[in-house]
Amino acid sequence: MIISVASGKGGTGKTTIAVNLALALGNAQVLDCDVEEPNAHLFLHPEIKETRSASVLIPEVEKQRCNFCGHCQRVCAYHAIAVIPPKEQSKGGVLFFPHLCHSCGACAILCPQGAIREIPKEIGTIELGSAGQVQFVHGRLNVGEAMSPPLIRQVKEFVNSTRTVIIDAPPGTSCPVVASVKGSDYTILVTEPTPFGLNDLVLAVEVLKKLQIPFGVVINRSDIGDDKMESYCRESRIPVLMRVPFDREIAELYSNGIPFVLKKPEYSVKFKDMFNMIKEEVAK
Amino acid sequence: MKTLLVISGKGGTGKTVLTGSLAVLVKNKVMVDCDVDAADLHLLLHPDIKERHEFKGGQTAVIDKSLCKQCGRCMSVCRFGAIKPDFVVEPFSCEGCGLCHELCPRGAIRMKENIAGEWFVSQTRYGPFVHAKLGVAEENSGKLVAKIRQVAKELAERNGCDYVIIDGPPGIGCPVIASLSGVDLAIIVTEPTVSGLHDLKRVWETAHQFKVRTQVVINKYDLNLEYTSKVRNFCAQNSVDAVGEIPFSHDITKAVVQGVPPVAFCSNGTTDAIKAIWSRIERSLGHP
Ligand code: SF4
Ligand code: SF4
Repeated sequence: MIISVASGKGGTGKTTIAVNLALALGNAQVLDCDVEEPNAHLFLHPEIKETRSASVLIPEVEKQRCNFCGHCQRVCAYHAIAVIPPKEQSKGGVLFFPHLCHSCGACAILCPQGAIREIPKEIGTIELGSAGQVQFVHGRLNVGEAMSPPLIRQVKEFVNSTRTVIIDAPPGTSCPVVASVKGSDYTILVTEPTPFGLNDLVLAVEVLKKLQIPFGVVINRSDIGDDKMESYCRESRIPVLMRVPFDREIAELYSNGIPFVLKKPEYSVKFKDMFNMIKEEVAK
Repeated sequence: MKTLLVISGKGGTGKTVLTGSLAVLVKNKVMVDCDVDAADLHLLLHPDIKERHEFKGGQTAVIDKSLCKQCGRCMSVCRFGAIKPDFVVEPFSCEGCGLCHELCPRGAIRMKENIAGEWFVSQTRYGPFVHAKLGVAEENSGKLVAKIRQVAKELAERNGCDYVIIDGPPGIGCPVIASLSGVDLAIIVTEPTVSGLHDLKRVWETAHQFKVRTQVVINKYDLNLEYTSKVRNFCAQNSVDAVGEIPFSHDITKAVVQGVPPVAFCSNGTTDAIKAIWSRIERSLGHP
């Protein structure tokens, strides 16, 4: 079973829930798909056994063959390639803007002169390892790279379907989130009972409804803020899987990179109960 | 006119809390919310929307069943796995590259323009505010960021404003890069936690790579003094100005619940810290 943990708003405790759930279950695999700011390793301290380079394909123009017809520029939907025809003095050339390229291959496949080939460009790394019983995989996007979805998709190729797979998704509601949660059997939305938390939860709920993934909510710091979160969940018939009240000790453990189930074993039981609830929901 | 961006790398460190407070403290500016896929600043500024515009961004392939002979050419070239076995395009996977449309031997695939979101020009009690709403599960957040920044810049120039102040998105990817381009200063809000420090380093490197000057604010600094000093050391080693520290306080949550920028609500400790931060930033930019 694949359970993703997402949130809409950042900083609500997504990584905390993902990591503590994995530790409570033991026999789990954690995939950290928040490749822009991966944090799960800071709590799991995995021993990394393998590091792989992750790349995408980008076009390379063979100058001798190109006749500056401009077709590549016309077909590139992302304006990632621009053709400058030769003039009396200058030789002409093809400009490429890597930040805009989606690696779709259109320019290479459609160039009438066969002047474009595709070469790999590294966008990040994937690290594999384990922390005790928990298997661990994460992606780290190289600083300055714009496109995280291709790296997220490559991290997800390591899903071990013999285990309970827990995906730590990035915050937000746009393409990196979709790439992370797609294909999950269930999504846990972690939120906090504040107007920001509620506003972003409603957006995240819309994403999951569109993707037709069943979901439930964990309310973190459940006793701060107001009660609008509870009434929203009740009225929208969204199951509240767990409530974690604000606790300065949990906040301090978090700040030091210590998963709180290790110090507060009563939560281990709660996480297992939550997992059973999710299993029942998925079976429905 | 100076453009200031507030970012954080890690979400939830208090970025919007600071930006909302700057809306109160800074006179003669345009506010912008570039966290377009989970925008929250409007919950503190209560905008009165004056203009509403559609944002068209990207395309999606649509297969005409009556022309399609199911040859499979589209499926074999699509790099995004967007064409399902029944020859229907799955819109969340389609990135709109149009390769299938170019190659379909029967011309059965057309590209449909997406309405990817909306953007607004609003009035607030703190001055003009440009913001947006990206459709859920949409792409092109970077493009939408670029669009509203352009609108805000023109508005600020027309009104003779001193500042454009941007609430940025979390992370280091495409919307962050679009937010960073050409700003005068990026203020990074972090927190004294192992993840706060880790994410600060990555977002600082990103800003550095795009040659944007940075300053750091440590929120909830008293939650973990050991990590606060690690953040200070990081700043000192990289010659980044640490322009202030905000104490942990439940007042901030209360302010957010009331929908009021914290600087206009909280007790003295928090308010004074935020005011001091702004005066340091202002001085560093050569203003009074
Ligand atoms: S399509 Fe091929 S030949 Fe035409 S400009 Fe592009 S690279 Fe050159
Ligand atoms: S691979 Fe696709 S996105 Fe990249 S330059 Fe070629 S046509 Fe444009």
